[in-house]
Amino acid sequence: MSNLNFFIILLIIAAIVFFIGQKKAYSYSMFNGGAKLHSLPNYYGYLTTLWTFLPAFGVFVIWSFFESNVSSMLTISQFSELQQLSVDELSLALNEIKILAVTNSSSVSINNQAAAVYSEYLNHSFNLKILVSVLLALLGFFYTYLRIKPTMQARNSVEKLIVYVLFTCALIAIFTTVGIIFSVLFESIEFFSQVSITEFFFGTHWSPQIAIREDQVGGSGSFGAVPLFWGTIFISFIAMIIAAPLGLIAAIFLSEYATSQVRAIIKPILEILAGIPTVVYGFFAALTVGPLVRDFGYYLREIGINLDIEILANLTVSTESVLAVGLVMGMMIVPFILSLSDDVILSVPNAMRDGSIALGATKSETVWRVIVPAALPGIVGGFLLAISRAIGETMIVLMAAGVAANLTANPMNVVTTITTQIVTLLTGDQEFDSVKTLAAFALGLGLFVTTLILNIIALHVVKKYREQYE
Amino acid sequence: MNNNKVELDQQLSETVGKPLINGTPKITCRDVNVFYNQDSQAIFDVNVDLAKNQILAMIGPSGCGKSTLLRCLNRMNDTIDGCSITGKISLDGEDIYSNDIDPVLLRAKVGMVFQKPNPFPKSIYDNVAYGPRLHGIATNNSELDDVVEESLIKAGLWKETKDRLNKPGTGLSGGQQQRLCIARTIAVRPDVILMDEPTSALDPIATATIEELMHELKSSYTIAVVTHSMQQAARISDRCSYFHLGRLVEVNDTNIVFTNPEHELTENYITGRFG
Repeated sequence: MSNLNFFIILLIIAAIVFFIGQKKAYSYSMFNGGAKLHSLPNYYGYLTTLWTFLPAFGVFVIWSFFESNVSSMLTISQFSELQQLSVDELSLALNEIKILAVTNSSSVSINNQAAAVYSEYLNHSFNLKILVSVLLALLGFFYTYLRIKPTMQARNSVEKLIVYVLFTCALIAIFTTVGIIFSVLFESIEFFSQVSITEFFFGTHWSPQIAIREDQVGGSGSFGAVPLFWGTIFISFIAMIIAAPLGLIAAIFLSEYATSQVRAIIKPILEILAGIPTVVYGFFAALTVGPLVRDFGYYLREIGINLDIEILANLTVSTESVLAVGLVMGMMIVPFILSLSDDVILSVPNAMRDGSIALGATKSETVWRVIVPAALPGIVGGFLLAISRAIGETMIVLMAAGVAANLTANPMNVVTTITTQIVTLLTGDQEFDSVKTLAAFALGLGLFVTTLILNIIALHVVKKYREQYE
Repeated sequence: MNNNKVELDQQLSETVGKPLINGTPKITCRDVNVFYNQDSQAIFDVNVDLAKNQILAMIGPSGCGKSTLLRCLNRMNDTIDGCSITGKISLDGEDIYSNDIDPVLLRAKVGMVFQKPNPFPKSIYDNVAYGPRLHGIATNNSELDDVVEESLIKAGLWKETKDRLNKPGTGLSGGQQQRLCIARTIAVRPDVILMDEPTSALDPIATATIEELMHELKSSYTIAVVTHSMQQAARISDRCSYFHLGRLVEVNDTNIVFTNPEHELTENYITGRFG
């Protein structure tokens, strides 16, 4: 019997006890000459089910979560050879043991013996787990069943239990987030124990290649993240310059000027645009916009040479450029800003429009002097969320802006961003404890904190806006 | 049911009382019909005059078309899709639906106050200065200050707000907000003020203040007010009109309408037999 089978059986039992509990409640009801029930018979059934299922299932889940770790600890305590290993070797050995426990190889190594012990522990654990779960289920069932009588407040009890179930679900989501934060945080602390915080946050040279062998050259291992932060900000800035006015103006058109027929066509198209995977935007940036920007750059350079303008004549031009990525990312964000702005503009009460028009304002005067100012906090909130998105965007940059860390203000040049570096640091053949890999976590932490702050500001601004009309 | 309908139509065929006035009216409505989406008619053949510096009250049960007619007087109905109007409405003898008339400028001359106070989410000062700024009524800041002060004084709000002109208008109480909306309307220097149930969202004390204010404003403006409260109509108006199912049943001096109504429907309504 596997875990899944047991879970299904538990579900079936839970369904059956519903009817048992319900039936007992019925037997008390007025139809059978009894007193008036406090709740509908169904609630007695629900209560029986919940009490039978929840404790058993809870213990089952928690037990399953810990049984592998406990079993391996018990196994280690049996083998002095394993106890002598270092932390890293031990985790390697344990991995092998766990694999051997399933595959049943016939070698006579220590690990294989340990595997046998391990799988035995696991077996015992499983049997014990089932036993405890079943006992709890029975206990829960009888605890409820024996208490069923007309005065029992089953409906209220069910309500209370449901609150606990919902609360648990909410906790799981929060714990996941906390787990993510800590996993990034611990690796980052590890990183900062090897690279100084000041170098990371203020250093201007990013070259994460480190020498794996003594004699290797070219691996300086420099972790100044400023070029990455700059690249991220630069690209997001260009994206927002494109997306903010375009999205806002389009939203104003859609919500204030467009007839319902036009709206019915444009809105779904924009939603399709919002659904395009970023990889596809990446293609577009790398194959279409990138070369266009490059040609434009060459053109500018030629003008610079002809007219003897030094800045233009010395322009560095490349196919992978900040401008190309910024443009395409801007286009990607437009639907995002548009739909958020559209929502806030539409939520400005019609009384505002009437009031302005009744004072002899034209439609545009009404829009720019009343509607947009009234919706501004919401629009700004939308912008901030859009910036978070731009900062977190990886694929387009990876495909069209390159991976060279450049500290440049020239939009025709190559830069790289935090997310892109994380991807390049973590993909391929990597040691998990090298500084290079750990740097990715520090970058991730920086990114996480940045977007977190932006989101908090955005939510705060949006909330403030809502309060104005309530 | 059908018979009743025919009877009602006959009953409503002609407006009784004195819909037209002697002398020069400020606003005249002649054979006004209003349609929503062509198939549903909201107003039928309305003829009525608004006298200068008088208050005309418009009463009647819900859905009788009084608000629709009011919104026709400054072409606010233009903003509603599918709303069309036939007949003639004139302001100072000029047809306001003719092609020469710019509805935007018309609305500056015929201001409107709404049922729910709707100050803009701006400061008290900016709320009042909004219209003057649009229409270039003040040429510099000190003139604008004067216009704002004058309008707030006229609306009876100056004393309460002179120390907090930079605070948001939305932070005022309901009655103050409504007076702010009236100040905002006055600041554009209109000839006519239309009020669509201006006190229905306010408490009795705020209502009394607004009614007093309307009484004072009468000397400078022509006012049309839609109201659900017959007491209010009796208290404030010079002439009173009763609407029923899109038709204007009776118009007369207010005291005559309330003491000696000519039409049975009017009598039924003001004695509270239906409505």
